[in-house]
Amino acid sequence: MTRKDWRIFLLTALLIAAFPWMVQPVKAVSHYVDVMVFAGIFALVCLGVTMLMGYAGQVSMAQAAFFGIGAYTSAILTGRFALDPWLAMPAGASLAALVAWVVGIPALRLKGHYLAMATLGFGVIVHIILNEEVEWTGGPSGMADLPGLHVLGWKLSTELAWYYFVWGTVFLALLFCFHVLHSRVGRALRAIHEEESAAEAMGVPTARYKVQVFVLSAVLAAVAGSLYTHFVTCLNPSSFNLMWSIRFILMVMVGGMQSLWGALLGTVLMTFVGNEWLHVFAEFEILVYGAILLVVALFLPKGLVSLFTRKPIVHNA
Amino acid sequence: MDERSKRPHAALLQLRNVQMQFGGVTALKGISYDVPSGIVQAVIGPNGAGKTTLFHCISGLLTPTAGEILFRGLPIGGLPPHRIAGLGISRTFQHVALFKSMTVLENVMIGRHPRTFSGFWSAGLRFPRMRREERRILEEAGHYLEFVGLSGERDLPAGALPLGKQKILEIARALATQPTLLLLDEPAGGLNMRETEELGELILRICETGITVTLVEHDMNLVMEISHRILVIHYGEHLATGTPEEIKDHPAVIEAYLGGG
Repeated sequence: MTRKDWRIFLLTALLIAAFPWMVQPVKAVSHYVDVMVFAGIFALVCLGVTMLMGYAGQVSMAQAAFFGIGAYTSAILTGRFALDPWLAMPAGASLAALVAWVVGIPALRLKGHYLAMATLGFGVIVHIILNEEVEWTGGPSGMADLPGLHVLGWKLSTELAWYYFVWGTVFLALLFCFHVLHSRVGRALRAIHEEESAAEAMGVPTARYKVQVFVLSAVLAAVAGSLYTHFVTCLNPSSFNLMWSIRFILMVMVGGMQSLWGALLGTVLMTFVGNEWLHVFAEFEILVYGAILLVVALFLPKGLVSLFTRKPIVHNA
Repeated sequence: MDERSKRPHAALLQLRNVQMQFGGVTALKGISYDVPSGIVQAVIGPNGAGKTTLFHCISGLLTPTAGEILFRGLPIGGLPPHRIAGLGISRTFQHVALFKSMTVLENVMIGRHPRTFSGFWSAGLRFPRMRREERRILEEAGHYLEFVGLSGERDLPAGALPLGKQKILEIARALATQPTLLLLDEPAGGLNMRETEELGELILRICETGITVTLVEHDMNLVMEISHRILVIHYGEHLATGTPEEIKDHPAVIEAYLGGG
């Protein structure tokens, strides 16, 4: 991480830490803490999307499916088999990693957007399984009364506790991703995005890295899914369909694809937009999403973070 | 003449009847040739002769449809490019293929990839070994930039450099992989006279460090000036081989270049 990143890191951490104390006293917005827990969970998914799409240039349409794999693995193992959530979570992450690996290897050996196509189909399959395997997943009506989470013996019983736990996790994941980016692996991922043949000729095993970063994004999504399960304690398949995969991509695009800060900013903003401010539009919500996407693509192709950074001077790119 | 015409000893790269077909089009009709170690080897030929295709075959971007390529006696045909880079063959591209939005320094740092090891875990968790390696990569990349004379531009985005310097940067990036054999695909393309002269000096300096340089080039002055040996291909076939002096007066070469059916 550069010194500037560290400064933003500390500032953001302070802001996040102080946020509940600012909104809780005000009745009208006191539930924003709750919204922010969701934003934090989604942010984990979106960090993975940024690594995969923003840096390595690979598009996945199945992040909601990996989110669902994590969520349902946790739900089934803890709800039906009374397994400890802390054992169910790595199980979900491992399953997601394995699935990403199997889907990724054939799709990522090829250049081009084969991953987008493969994951599009895969995401639909996962959604169908969640709907149809009634015996395991509860089908369309889902599962309820799932256990909460204990952290080091403390039960996360309030939204405030969840808030700090989730955002603590987000910052750990953020650090991990930053360190990966500022390493030979991160440079290789960016190189793959820009000139795949040249990267390969310079000794970068492009196929392997693409699969690895895809697995990383799947694991982050699965861990987020597990947290989601224990936070809301009930699930149904509609949170894990294609629309949600698109939403995660939209969050990252709004914030700025080639910045981890963009992922956080976009996620928080779009979570508030989706959970809080769009209800007035009811069924027309999807249109508003389309409009947001269009505006961002046309006027802010590098996302909202580009408003905060000075442009590097590139004469003849 | 001078020592440029020295006769080399061991063959570093051996081409054995290398063929490349694209559908019905045969780009290489069976090239057999040995590139000796330690020299500047030029590959010339009219447009469409198959020179770049040959480079793609050697560097692994294409797999020859028939024939064999041996590098230090090992068959490398069909290996993925990153493995071939690891074995010690690096290259530049006819149309500059830099990582344009990355800095000049970062481009060269990528070149260190096949000689370094840290993966996702050691990078993400910032193991001490990885941090030491990262410092070394930074330092070594700096040396390569110094060698080619681009230290002053290290923090600029590669895409912001003028074409001449982009071409030099590609060479620095390729050198950073520590190749035994360096393939330069039209390094002088788009360069002015002074830049071409400097490029020639740079290529000779690279050769002096013990790296075998093979270049495809259309600038005949440059080719005649710096090459120890020249391979001429025409319509995917081996047409002639020799020292610059031999090639200059070779009747078949003159025929191929000046036309005549």
